[in-house]
Amino acid sequence: MNDTVSLLEARDVMKYFGDDRRPVLEHVSVELNQGEFVALLGPSGSGKSTLLRILAGLMKPSSGDVRVHGAPLDGPNPNVAIVFQSFALFPWLDVLQNVELGLLSIEMSDDDRRQRAVKAIDLIGLDGFEEAFPIELSGGMKQRVGFARALVVQPEVLFMDEPFSALDVLTAENLRTELQDLWLAKTMPTKAVVMVTHNIDEAVSLADRILVFGANPGHIRVELKGLPPSDRTTKSAARARLVELIYRIMTNPDDDAMAIVEHSQLDRPRAVASPRAGRRPAPARARRYQVLPDVGIDDVTGLVQYIGGIGGHAAVHDLSRDLQMRTDDLLSIVEATNLLGFGALQDRQVVLTPIGTRFADSELDEEKAIFRAQALDHIALLHHIVRDLETTPTHTLEAERVIDQLEHSFSGEEARRQFETAVDWGRYAELFTYDDSSGELTLDEEHRPT
Amino acid sequence: MAQPIVPVRATMIRDASRDQPGAPPTPRWVDALMLCAVAAVAYGIMRAAAEWRAPLSPNVQVSLSPRELPYYAGLSTLRMAIAYVLSLVFSIAYARIAAGSRTAERFMIPLLDILQSVPILSFMPGVVLGLAALFPGRTLGLELAAIILIFTSQAWNLAFSFHQSLLTIPRELSEAATVYHLGFWRRFTRLELPFGAISLIANSMMSWAGGWFFLMASEQFTLGANNLRLPGLGSYLAAAADAGDTHALFLGLATLVAVIVLLDQLLWRPLVAWSDRFKLEQSGGDAPQSRLLDLLRGSALLEWVSARVTHPLTRALDRRLGTPPTAKRARRELHDDAVSRFLRWAPALIALALVVWGAFAAARALAGLGMSDWELIAVSAGATFLRTTIALILAAAWTIPVGVAIGMNPRWARRAQPLVQITASVPATAVFPVLLLALLTLPGGLNIAAVALMLLGTQWYVLFNVIAGAMAIPSDLRDVAASYHVTGWRRWKTLILPAIFPYLVTGMITATGGAWNASIISEYVTFAGHKQSTVGLGSLIAQAAEHSDFHLLLAGTLVMAAIVIAGNRLVWRRLYALAEARYRLD
Ligand SMILES: Nc1ncnc2c1ncn2[C@@H]1O[C@H](COP(=O)(O)OP(=O)(O)OP(=O)(O)O)[C@@H](O)[C@H]1O
Ligand SMILES: [Mg+2]
Repeated sequence: MNDTVSLLEARDVMKYFGDDRRPVLEHVSVELNQGEFVALLGPSGSGKSTLLRILAGLMKPSSGDVRVHGAPLDGPNPNVAIVFQSFALFPWLDVLQNVELGLLSIEMSDDDRRQRAVKAIDLIGLDGFEEAFPIELSGGMKQRVGFARALVVQPEVLFMDEPFSALDVLTAENLRTELQDLWLAKTMPTKAVVMVTHNIDEAVSLADRILVFGANPGHIRVELKGLPPSDRTTKSAARARLVELIYRIMTNPDDDAMAIVEHSQLDRPRAVASPRAGRRPAPARARRYQVLPDVGIDDVTGLVQYIGGIGGHAAVHDLSRDLQMRTDDLLSIVEATNLLGFGALQDRQVVLTPIGTRFADSELDEEKAIFRAQALDHIALLHHIVRDLETTPTHTLEAERVIDQLEHSFSGEEARRQFETAVDWGRYAELFTYDDSSGELTLDEEHRPT
Repeated sequence: MAQPIVPVRATMIRDASRDQPGAPPTPRWVDALMLCAVAAVAYGIMRAAAEWRAPLSPNVQVSLSPRELPYYAGLSTLRMAIAYVLSLVFSIAYARIAAGSRTAERFMIPLLDILQSVPILSFMPGVVLGLAALFPGRTLGLELAAIILIFTSQAWNLAFSFHQSLLTIPRELSEAATVYHLGFWRRFTRLELPFGAISLIANSMMSWAGGWFFLMASEQFTLGANNLRLPGLGSYLAAAADAGDTHALFLGLATLVAVIVLLDQLLWRPLVAWSDRFKLEQSGGDAPQSRLLDLLRGSALLEWVSARVTHPLTRALDRRLGTPPTAKRARRELHDDAVSRFLRWAPALIALALVVWGAFAAARALAGLGMSDWELIAVSAGATFLRTTIALILAAAWTIPVGVAIGMNPRWARRAQPLVQITASVPATAVFPVLLLALLTLPGGLNIAAVALMLLGTQWYVLFNVIAGAMAIPSDLRDVAASYHVTGWRRWKTLILPAIFPYLVTGMITATGGAWNASIISEYVTFAGHKQSTVGLGSLIAQAAEHSDFHLLLAGTLVMAAIVIAGNRLVWRRLYALAEARYRLD
């Protein structure tokens, strides 16, 4: 494919929001070729949706450029249709009108428009629902309308931003299979698909190419080749290995993804170094603070106690099933457990550390004491906040000061989120109190130096 | 495609009346009645037009005969309707422009805030004089002045509401509109207007209430020695009050209530029920119902009109205005030269020049006022401040307990609501003459009457907001309070007051502005041929207007606007921010 021009391409794209000091996307280059199904995986806030919006021409990159068939893109991309996570149906239009929406800007007679819309509705299994309003439909049916609206314009490139995330498991599975059938049977004239997802299984089942994103700033950590269609069945060993590899990459956000790939026992190289990975010395990012995953402290302590109760270790897969949680959400919590030194991920198993086991077994008072010690020892941000609180004469600190500091390491919104997570954990540890309206942290009285 | 899951129809939760085929057929007489109504309205407009062309006479006699009442009511309603249509068009355009450009927004929204706080009545003399000069010897100028006055009482909240809607369109819906290249016109008609519809309709009802408040002020103007009147329900009421004719006064009032109730039943209720389709999500509660709307939905006449007239018309419009974006972009490129850039900036420059000139002229006028004038203004402002404060305290004192009682008790709410609504819909200004009749004989009667008018005119905002706040208290919070035996004053302190606080503040903001505005009408009155006045900023403004003392009028108006704006910024906004931060229940 090297001698043909790609369908759509982003070159060295950077994106800043407002006057953030940190970009949301840093030096991202991707190329989309004919016949490809590309999946974007990565933690929340790593800029996947932002990249999609830039490629669709919904926003401009701060630097770098987007090219459609080699020509620079200005304004909304005419070759793209998008399927949204929230469906984005117009509630006051019925199914037929919603689907026709995509055709309004195309010059054609009303009859032709109607016919094309009806055909798309049939194709996607909505026959007989032409006159229903979105509110009458279940989530799965709504997303079918979303698909019909996107496919009816016969887009050259189809974008999907977490199209199945808002659906229940069975519905999602069903719709996914249908989409796969449509795609493989080439029933639709679409030449390439880009899908954002949090679901590793989903990515592995569908994609020819998988881009794993990292956060802060958003970048492509690694690009993995997908499986050949014959290997994509649930039972295949190749599939299990690839899923495991991606788990490992995603649960080690600070490690060099290429090294993980090379380390894995895969028999043939699947990874292609992303252009970015070569350019920087991978794990050695000078960052003062760890990235705290955006999870509530109750989830963390709850998970540790749960695993403690079932023998101190559990497979991620089983946990996800028993706790009815999405894998990526679960992994965020595991990441938090890991940061606090309560547990670690080993071979797709979450294993509690001795401290973690003690924490799980103890009563409330001791539990808090253990947590406090771990938080202070392991979480640099909490350590710094408490140190600052101890040294100021009033034992108070303004939130904005802390967030300002964080903005050297994180983009604006992420800095705030990091702060909020730290406050959540620090309050639980009874290290300090926080008054939301005055935006002030105050050192907990019991821990004041005398 | 693999086997599609056959969807279950059990998910249908919409009411059947929406699906046309299921609705019962509408009897033919409804169609006939509709035709008659159309004919009647057409005739009314024609007669009104004749009225507008009539020569202006300084002292129009308003007949107090009850037989003239329907005609007067029609004229007043027509004025309101014209002003309302203008307000609607203006607000939609204004909000759309503001939302479309960051720069424009930065000026346009604060300007709206100021316009909202300026006492409208102060401008009336200037507007009337100007328009009368524009159409010498015709009533058309006066009619326009009346319409402008009503317009200024209707437009601002509509513009605010639509702007707010435009800002809150969900991101993905807006992105879908862009991805599917809807273009300006189709985005407006398919997304923006439907999304804003519910709030526009709710605010339209408020706007009409605001318009009725100025009914009397808009139909009679005193300019110097001249007493100009327009035939209408407002001037009828005024004339009845002047003549001390209690019988006519009550008849006029009854007619007014009838018109308001009729409009509510025939226009607003069907509209509210119809606009339910624009809800983004269905909440659990009952959808609003309207029997009339159900009838209209089944009407063969309407169906015919829709199929033969409206539908082809909108489609043609859609074709013309919904130019494909590619063509548009080419056109834009063509125009992006120095000349067009100048043309785009020219209106802003002209506006700026006017503002600078106006400010300069105003400053010179103000400089002409002496120390004693400013002292008078200060004392008057203090007096009116006292009155508004008393009115607001009284309003809060009765609406909080009553509103909470209604809001926390669904059965009560259902019974009280229509009653409260009808009472609230009677414009306080129309009741004012009756009040004067009773109070003017007492010592300090006008003082009491002025506070009473402020109270009457503004208490409903507070009441409705308190009811809404009380209704929004989550039932589990109430259950918790009950199970811990939190009762009496502690229940108020820990549960009810914090919960209604943000709503109360919202109501108070509107009420304060309204109370100040009402002072112009209530502190200086002509009743049964006698002029009476009391110290106050409103009285000062009204008298300055009557004596064409434009310097004093300007100073009084600016001071009043400044007080209202300062109050909003310094007190209410802060309280509101506090309420939002601390007492939000979600
Ligand atoms: N319009 C915007 N203004 C400011 N910041 C934004 C905007 N859109 C996105 N961001 C920020 O950019 C970062 C990346 O957001 P983005 O939605 O692209 O992430 P994502 O990878 O899609 O995450 P998720 O998996 O949660 O959907 C986030 O920190 C987000 O807060
Ligand atoms: Mg996203």
